[in-house]
Amino acid sequence: MLSKLYSLSTIATLQKGEIGYISEESLDFIPLISEESLDFIPLKLLEMGCLPGAEVELVQIAPLKDPLYICVNGSHLAIREETASKIQILKVNSLDV
Amino acid sequence: MSKNDIKVALIGNPNTGKTSLFNQLTGLNQKVGNYPGVTVDKKEGLSKLSPTQNAVITDLPGTYSINPTSIDESIVLKTLLKKDIKESPDVILVVADVENLKRNLLLFSQIKDLEIPTVLAINMVDQMNRKGITIDLSLLKKQLNTEVVLISARKNEGINDVKAAIIRCHVAAKASPLCGVDHKIDPDYFMKLKEISSDYSLYELWLMVTQSNFPETVTKEEKEKLLAFKQDVSKVKKYQHKETIYRYQEINKILKKTYIIDKSKATDLRARLDKIFTHKIFGYVFFVFLLFIIFQSIFDWATLPMDLIDGTFAEISDFAKNNLPTGVLTDLLTEGVIPGIGGVLIFIPQIAILFLFIAILEETGYMSRVVFLMDKIMRRFGMNGKSIVPLISGTACAIPAIMATRTIPSWKERLITILVTPFTTCSARLPVYAILISLIIPDTKIFGFLNLQGFVLLLLYALGFATAILAAYILHKTLKIKSKSFFVVEMPNYKLPSIKNIFYEVLEKTKTFVLEAGKIILALSIILWFLASNGPSSFENVEKNTVQNPLNQYLSEKELQQKIASAELENSYIGILGKTIEPSIRPLGYDWKIGIALITSFAAREVFVGTLATIYSVEADDEKTATIKEKMATEVNPITGEKRFNFPVGMSLLVFYAFAMQCMATLAIVKRETKSWRWPLIQLFGMGFLAYISSFITYQILS
Repeated sequence: MLSKLYSLSTIATLQKGEIGYISEESLDFIPLISEESLDFIPLKLLEMGCLPGAEVELVQIAPLKDPLYICVNGSHLAIREETASKIQILKVNSLDV
Repeated sequence: MSKNDIKVALIGNPNTGKTSLFNQLTGLNQKVGNYPGVTVDKKEGLSKLSPTQNAVITDLPGTYSINPTSIDESIVLKTLLKKDIKESPDVILVVADVENLKRNLLLFSQIKDLEIPTVLAINMVDQMNRKGITIDLSLLKKQLNTEVVLISARKNEGINDVKAAIIRCHVAAKASPLCGVDHKIDPDYFMKLKEISSDYSLYELWLMVTQSNFPETVTKEEKEKLLAFKQDVSKVKKYQHKETIYRYQEINKILKKTYIIDKSKATDLRARLDKIFTHKIFGYVFFVFLLFIIFQSIFDWATLPMDLIDGTFAEISDFAKNNLPTGVLTDLLTEGVIPGIGGVLIFIPQIAILFLFIAILEETGYMSRVVFLMDKIMRRFGMNGKSIVPLISGTACAIPAIMATRTIPSWKERLITILVTPFTTCSARLPVYAILISLIIPDTKIFGFLNLQGFVLLLLYALGFATAILAAYILHKTLKIKSKSFFVVEMPNYKLPSIKNIFYEVLEKTKTFVLEAGKIILALSIILWFLASNGPSSFENVEKNTVQNPLNQYLSEKELQQKIASAELENSYIGILGKTIEPSIRPLGYDWKIGIALITSFAAREVFVGTLATIYSVEADDEKTATIKEKMATEVNPITGEKRFNFPVGMSLLVFYAFAMQCMATLAIVKRETKSWRWPLIQLFGMGFLAYISSFITYQILS
């Protein structure tokens, strides 16, 4: 049933004003996937507040669709779409449908 | 600095008011120096903590974490890991923004684990009511196990509390870790790490492993053991991630009990302003409009002080000439040193005004929005959204602009920005453009309202920007540098700029220019003076020959002196140099006199005007530009019988000055910032080649 309420996605798929939650399995699971990016980029994002379980709101999209302006854990950040597409989130599906 | 002074390191996230606090604590007792071995500025200031106790406060670059992602940020790590008694801080003062305390405490928790006495100053508490925030201060102190002070740096509130807390903290000298990275992650692993040395805290050892940054005090043996931990890189990375998540968990636990925020009270000023400033059409329109206003103001406001400086130095020079005994030293002073200093100071008005605007844009938080708007566009050309700041600064002077690239984390993007910034039209090009345009472009209006001369100047600015962008694109496609492009930019709250901060910012940037560019411009001025006033053996006879020349017998004393100066220049070393390069610049339409001006332009481009003034033997101080202009306008090319500065030659020169890398000071800075002669040499020859070819084509097509 849960899968109907939530869907697995990335920050890059959020619409303006939409909210998602950075997916959280356990402390061991780092949602910032892809091996080659396992450099300082995920660490920096974690440090800036992109933590598992955190609520992410897409505040604004830059005119050329990139970068994205998000609000997470009280921080307002601009990140590139490329990075956003690597951060897994759970999206709350609209209940009206 | 005396021995008893407490050494305080000031640390905090960007946009937390760290600079405001530094300015409040130290006032005008600031100085900017360099960190040994790196080029990042070290800002230090003296603060009177109590009648008997002073502190030396070092303002470290703003950072979100001890783990650095740019050169600026790496300074923080290096300073904190130092075990040198003279350099390592006694007390660390961490500044945090009350509104985003959670993220600010991450840095605090890392610093606390270094086991150095730490004071936490929570800033902008005057905003607490408006944002619906309440803090249980005494409980927070207990939980964080440290001195915590609530301040409002802008309103100068709580500063004395900070001073008292620093003293208390220094006296108590208690330092204990906050989180303790070990036991939650992998106790055995960290136990082994701890066994390497007892001279360092566990977190210090961990940082040495993760950052491969070893203070000089680490022995060879210890270093080897530490490096062994680095072998399993993915494990280190994983543990770093775990560490960060664990820190946030601890912070959340503490804040749950001590910090309440009522979100319903938050205002939506940010949202409303963002709607305008990041709007897909209006955002750009506003930015372009703003640039227009800025440049307009620079031209309007800078003219008067520039004329004043110009006039003053001419008077000083005359005064010295008339009152000092004649001789080589007086000549050096009046023709080398004084004009050299004047040549540096003349740029201050334009540079200070531009940096005033940039400081305002940064202080208000607007600059981050521009970075947001421009990133995608800049990326196509191999740069970063953050490159926009250096490119705008470059219109004042490339030197502070190139230094402003340090915030760009990707080396490739930073290098490209450094390499193309000198294409933007800096203030030294303006006098050259002004005189050439007035010579070859008629002072008429086009379309009934647009001044044609002004329009050409605008085109030259556009040419500079376009070339910078195009060059960036070519470099982007050809430079084979592997460097991860990386972009996480905080969008700070909008706020009114603090006059004090802006004042210090402009002061610092201007000082940088005067010191960095000044010493090179001055040194070159003296060298050029020597080359222009000395020559091979025949040089001695120039004056006599000129006086005895029957053509000159009806000249007035003044005119004769000018003729002599002109003839001396022709026979000086520099005149010979100009004649030597004449064959190679003839295809561009230039003669040896222009050749001399091109060479002397290496001090600073605007020297072009002054050199021509001497060559065409123009009296320097009365109605300077007008007379040079008249002389230049009547100069005839002996081969063609046409005017020397006709349209083709003028255009060719404009193009040459737009492209050529004629600034020694910039080359020196590029060398320093890129740590190699390779890039400044590429710049010198690449831009020189482009200038030569373009001027050649321009001249050949037009003539």
